Amino acid sequence: MSTAPNSTTFDPAQSGNADSQKRTWLHAVKPARIILYLLLGLFSIYYLLPLYVMVTNSLKPLSEITAGGMMALPQEWTIAPWLSAWSSAQIGVDATGLRPYFINSIVMVVPAVALSTIIGALNGYVLTKWTFRGATVLFGLLLFGCFIPFQMVLIPMARMLGLMGLAGTVPGLIFVHLVYGIGFSTLYFRNYYAAFPTELVRAAQIDGAGFFRIFYRILLPSSGPIAVVCIIWQFTNIWNDFLFGASFSDFDSQPMTVALNNLVQSSHGVKEYNVHFAGAIMAALPTLFVYIVAGRYFVRGLMAGSVKG
Amino acid sequence: MGFLDIKNATKSYGSMQVLHETNISVEEGEFLVLVGPSGCGKSTLLNMIAGLEEITSGEIAIRGRSMNGVKPADRNIAMVFQSYALYPNMTVSGNIAFGMEMHGIAKPERAKRIDQVADLLQITHLLDRKPGQLSGGQRQRVAMGRALVREPDVFLFDEPLSNLDAKLRVDMRTEIKKLHQKLGTTIVYVTHDQIEALTLSTRIAVMFGGYVQQLGTPKEIYDNPANMFVAGFMGSPSMNLFPAKVVSSNGRPAAEVRLATGSTAAIPFAGEALSSSVGRDIILGIRPEAITDQDGADRNSRAIHVVEAPVEVTEPAGSDTFVVSQVSGKDVTGRFRADVSVRAGDVFPFAFNMEKAVAFDPQSENRIA
Repeated sequence: MSTAPNSTTFDPAQSGNADSQKRTWLHAVKPARIILYLLLGLFSIYYLLPLYVMVTNSLKPLSEITAGGMMALPQEWTIAPWLSAWSSAQIGVDATGLRPYFINSIVMVVPAVALSTIIGALNGYVLTKWTFRGATVLFGLLLFGCFIPFQMVLIPMARMLGLMGLAGTVPGLIFVHLVYGIGFSTLYFRNYYAAFPTELVRAAQIDGAGFFRIFYRILLPSSGPIAVVCIIWQFTNIWNDFLFGASFSDFDSQPMTVALNNLVQSSHGVKEYNVHFAGAIMAALPTLFVYIVAGRYFVRGLMAGSVKG
Repeated sequence: MGFLDIKNATKSYGSMQVLHETNISVEEGEFLVLVGPSGCGKSTLLNMIAGLEEITSGEIAIRGRSMNGVKPADRNIAMVFQSYALYPNMTVSGNIAFGMEMHGIAKPERAKRIDQVADLLQITHLLDRKPGQLSGGQRQRVAMGRALVREPDVFLFDEPLSNLDAKLRVDMRTEIKKLHQKLGTTIVYVTHDQIEALTLSTRIAVMFGGYVQQLGTPKEIYDNPANMFVAGFMGSPSMNLFPAKVVSSNGRPAAEVRLATGSTAAIPFAGEALSSSVGRDIILGIRPEAITDQDGADRNSRAIHVVEAPVEVTEPAGSDTFVVSQVSGKDVTGRFRADVSVRAGDVFPFAFNMEKAVAFDPQSENRIA
């Protein structure tokens, strides 16, 4: 419809064009198309249903759920389950709610994502613009690191953390995620910087800029899309990680995912489903937030390597 | 000792030598053009002067100071790249200021110099734009502004015009020449375009296969090529090169060639240089503008020799008509006046200006006369 006339002058050819466009649009609404949209609508309801169940059940008293009204809207709206999940629910031995663990996760995720992104960017910069003998082999090894199964490194990593005195601490978890994250962030940035004109680096060298200054004055300002891709990827992976969190943390350094599991699995007393739902949403909110804020850059960044801007 | 001295400089990547021992001395204010086909080592040599590539052996000195191991930033050079290499995230004035900023020049001084350079290159109205919003010619100007503002000892140009369209290229060529005349700066300029080399330079280094084949003024290079490569590479259309045999004709050395009709013709040389080489096979080189119709021949020449030869093809080019005939099995092009009526198939008198003819050894390809 971009050709629809928007000028005020009358032009028979243009108005005729608009008429024909209207006709083709009406023409396009065929039964097949209606069925298609109905089907698509059905699928989206199907996919949104779990979210609906989670949100509604987290906002009703437990009695309404146990009475069998799982699909119904709350008769009595309440945010008590949310407050309970956040600050007073029984997790493990203490009734602390998820709050301390949420904070643990934030304290773990932010430095891990920031550091792995920065180191990945530096690696990509060196591997493409300051290449050295063996750079390709090194990159290959880093890539290989991406695909080592998590389970395989559990015991060696536990030993390493013990030796470094980081066992059972948040910095220990940051270290583990950093080590795993660098492979992927390097891959992203290396491929992005490979398409970045080397002549720019040379021009900056002649202009008198050094290694780091070229990096943050010339390359970084042009790295927005790939940085967003890298941050989303790392954030989602590290926030959602359960295995490392369960293996390498102590009671006071558990991340959100492990705490959520403890909340849901706690064996004594009544199962407070509404509190569990509220806790699960809380655990999912940060990644959702990152996607909504940066999502459109994500797609753009993924495409950036393939299409010349 | 010159202003920029390249002494026995070489470059190797592993066992592959891409630049053999090179000696060039550039005087202050000279415009040296390095010209040659791709892969001849010209860009490597330029990058070695810039300090972007290390020198394997030898020395490069600017103002008598050895530049071996000196960082590009400390050589007091500026470079214009083929892709212009403008920083995409900075405005035009940011681009021009970046080098000064890195060298710690105070802000008011920077602003003053940007204004001067922008004025000189007529880009004042573009100063707040980003490179992405500029046309090719404008980017080219900004790239030159970025180099000029540094007030360097030596300017390095790496094929700066090859990304422009044909017309703009000719315009910018003139601008660069004007700029050089006005500022009198020392320039080393790399190109694969021999017309650019001839028009811009005060001296040319023709390069091929990692060797400087010939170093000289445009006139020397054009009129007295040192070997067959230089003869064939410089000039458009390129020099006619065809086999001939030195014979004696009326006591003078002459070049015997075979015409398309099957007969032979002996064209006497202007000089006596080959009088002791009678019987020797040579490659005769003669530029298209030295093979003309009779009335178009150079009146000052004392060695015009007319050969009746069959015309194979005529190529009217507006200002001239290029006429091709087979001589000793090679296409030989003559540059005739546009209004000469000559048709393919005719036998026509070709006037050879033998003062302009050169001779090469068929084996070594070097100049012998």
